[in-house]
Amino acid sequence: MNTPKTPRGMTRRQLLSNAAILGTGFAVGGGFIAAADAAWAREVQALQPQTFATLVQMARDIYPHDKVGDEFYVLAVSGYDTPEAAPAIEAGIAALDAAARGKGFGSYLDTGWERDRVDILRGIEDSAFFQQIRGGLVTGLYNQKAVWPIFGYEGASYEQGGYIDRGFNDINWL
Amino acid sequence: MAAPFDLTDDSVVVIIGTGAGGGVLANELAQKGVSVVALEAGGRYLPEDYVNDEWESFGQLAWTDPRTTSGDWRVAKDFSGLPAWIVKAVGGTTTHWAGASLRFQDYEWKAKTTYGDVQGANLLDWPIDGAEMAPWYDLAEKKLGVTRTNGWPGLPGNNNYKVFEAGAKALGYEEVHTGRMAIMSHDDGDRTPCQQTGFCFQGCKWGAKWSSAYTDIPAGEATGNLEVRERAHVARILHDDTGKVTGVEYYDADGNLQMQKARIVCVAGNSFESPRLLLNSASEMFPDGLANSSGQVGRNYMRHMTGSVYATFDKPVRMWRGTTMAGIIQDEARHDPSRGFVGGYELETLSLGLPFMAAFLDPGAWGREFTTALDSYENMAGMWIVGEDMPQETNRVTLNMDVTDQYGLPVANVHFDDHPNDIAMRNHAYARGIAVYEAVGATRVFPTPPYPSTHNLGTNRMSENPRDGVVNRWGQTHDIANLFVSDGSQFTTGAAENPTLTIVALAIRQADHIAGEMSRGAL
Repeated sequence: MNTPKTPRGMTRRQLLSNAAILGTGFAVGGGFIAAADAAWAREVQALQPQTFATLVQMARDIYPHDKVGDEFYVLAVSGYDTPEAAPAIEAGIAALDAAARGKGFGSYLDTGWERDRVDILRGIEDSAFFQQIRGGLVTGLYNQKAVWPIFGYEGASYEQGGYIDRGFNDINWL
Repeated sequence: MAAPFDLTDDSVVVIIGTGAGGGVLANELAQKGVSVVALEAGGRYLPEDYVNDEWESFGQLAWTDPRTTSGDWRVAKDFSGLPAWIVKAVGGTTTHWAGASLRFQDYEWKAKTTYGDVQGANLLDWPIDGAEMAPWYDLAEKKLGVTRTNGWPGLPGNNNYKVFEAGAKALGYEEVHTGRMAIMSHDDGDRTPCQQTGFCFQGCKWGAKWSSAYTDIPAGEATGNLEVRERAHVARILHDDTGKVTGVEYYDADGNLQMQKARIVCVAGNSFESPRLLLNSASEMFPDGLANSSGQVGRNYMRHMTGSVYATFDKPVRMWRGTTMAGIIQDEARHDPSRGFVGGYELETLSLGLPFMAAFLDPGAWGREFTTALDSYENMAGMWIVGEDMPQETNRVTLNMDVTDQYGLPVANVHFDDHPNDIAMRNHAYARGIAVYEAVGATRVFPTPPYPSTHNLGTNRMSENPRDGVVNRWGQTHDIANLFVSDGSQFTTGAAENPTLTIVALAIRQADHIAGEMSRGAL
C-alpha cells in the first residue's frame, strides 16, 4: 500500500480561491503597467510591472486561446498581485527568466516564438510554481463568466426556462 | 411537522445520512409509524437554493471535508484530496446524481458463479437475486418516477443524444434510447416535467429529477415520525456490554458533542463515511471497529470502471443543452469473455459545462493540444462509460491516523488500484465510444480518464457467510443485530448499472424488514 498523502489538490477552498478573486476589479496603487500593444493596462500593487507582464504571458502560454483577449488572462492572475503572494511569484518568475536565459534568450518576455516559450515552460512544469499558476488558471480563467461566450458556452439556463423551447434538440446536420 | 425526539429517547431508529439509502429508509420507516431520527452531516438545500453554475454549486453541495488517497488510480494524482464527487447535504448525492435508473441484470447478482475465479478479484455472489429484488425494484421505479417504466414515456433526446444515437445506429447497436431516468417525462401534478435545463448535476431547480431532499424527506417529516437533524456529524456509534448498539455521539451544528440514544442504528453515510464511522467506533470490546469480525469493513471498495469519451465535430452540437445523461447504449452491458474481460458496461451521454470541462477533460494538461479542444467546446459531444469493476480486498477505506477533520476525527484514506479486468474493459469501452463518434464524422476524440468517483460501493459488503462480508441479506450487520448498513457500501459487487435505483430498492426492502422485526419484538 502506498503512503497516504496529506490532503491537497482539489479542495474546495483551493478550487475556489482564484474564482473568488474574480470580479473584485483592479487594485489601485503601485506602478502602472500596460501591454506592449496597449491591449490591456492596469496598475500593479505588489508585483514588479515586468513580473506581472511576464506572468500574464506565462498564463497565455499555458492555456493559449487566440480568441481570448489579454484582459481575461490579466484578471485570471491578478489575485497574485498581493503583498502575501508577491514574494513567491517574484521568485518563480525570476526562475522562469533564468530558464529562458539558459536557452539563450534575454528573458521569458523577450522570447519571441510561442514554441520557444513552451519549451522553457516544459523545463519547469514539475515545479511547484508552475503547478500553482496552472492550477489556479483552471478556475481563474475558465470560470470567468465573461469568457464563456467566446467558447459558445451559455451558462445558466434556469432563468430562461431551460432549453425546452430554446434549442435543446435543434441539431440539423446529422 | 418534524417530530422532535428527545436525546434520551431510546425507542427511536437513528439513521446516519439522508441520501438514496438513508433518506428513503427514513421515509419508509416513518410511513410505517416508526420513530426516526435522521442525522445529516450537511445542511438543507432545496430547488430554490440550487445554482446553475458548476463551481458555485460544487462549493454549495460537495463533500469537501478532508480525505486522502493512495494507489495507482489517476484520481490519486490529479485530485488527491477529492477521491469522490459526492454531496454533503440533506438528500445526499441524490441532489447531484444524473438520474439514470437501471436494474441489475440477473447474472450480476451472481458474479462469482458467472465469472468464475478471477485472479486478484475478491468476487462473491450476493445472497439475494433478481427474482427476490423484482418487487422492490417495482416500488423503487414508481417512487422515483422512472421513465420507460410503468407506462411513462422516455425523455426527448437532446443534441448530445442525437449525435450519440446516430453513431450508435451506424455501428449497429440496437439497445439505444434516452434511458430509464428518474426525471419526470410526464406531469404527475407533483414534480415538474423536465425543462431541458442542463444542470442535472447541480441540483434540479425544477425538482423534475428525483432527490430524497424534496420528496422522501419532507414526506417522512409530514408523518410526524421523522426528525432530520441537519449539520449533525456522527463521530461514533456506542454499544453496551452485551455488544448491542445503544446510540450515537455526534457533533451538532454548533460543534457541541451530543448523544442520541437509539433502539436501532442504520449507517448510510456512503462507502467512505460508513466504514470510516464503523472503524472510528472501535472500542475495547471491538478493537477493529464495529461489525468487523470478518475484517472486511472498508475492503472491496468499488467505484465502477469509468471513463469518458468526448469528440469534436466540424459543426455545433451544444451538448450542454438539456438533460445531462438521457441517452444510453446497452448492447455492451453483457457478460461476454470473448471481449477480453468479464462483466459489461453501459455507455451513457454526458456533458460538462466549460468550467468543468477545463478541469476534467485531461487534468494537468496544458498547451495547445488541450486548449484547441476547448476552442471546439461548442462542437463537442460526450459520453460516460460505466461498467462493473472487480472487488479487491486491497482496495479499501482505512483510517488515516495522521490526518484529522474539523472534529479531530481521523479521516478516510481511499486506496484504489485498477484491476487488469477494469483496464481491459476501459480500453474496450474507449475504442467503442470513439467508434460511435467517428461513425458520425468526429474530427478529434478524447478518451478521458475517470473523474473523482460518484459511484462508491462495497466497503461493507453483503454476504451469506459472516466470514466473507459485513452485512447479511437485510443489510443487518453479521455481528450486531441492531446495527444496519443502508447505503451502497453493502453492495457485494457493483454490476454495470448506475447504483441508485438498487440502493433505493434495498432501502425500501430493508424498511419493510426492520419494521416487521420491530413489531415482532425481534429488534
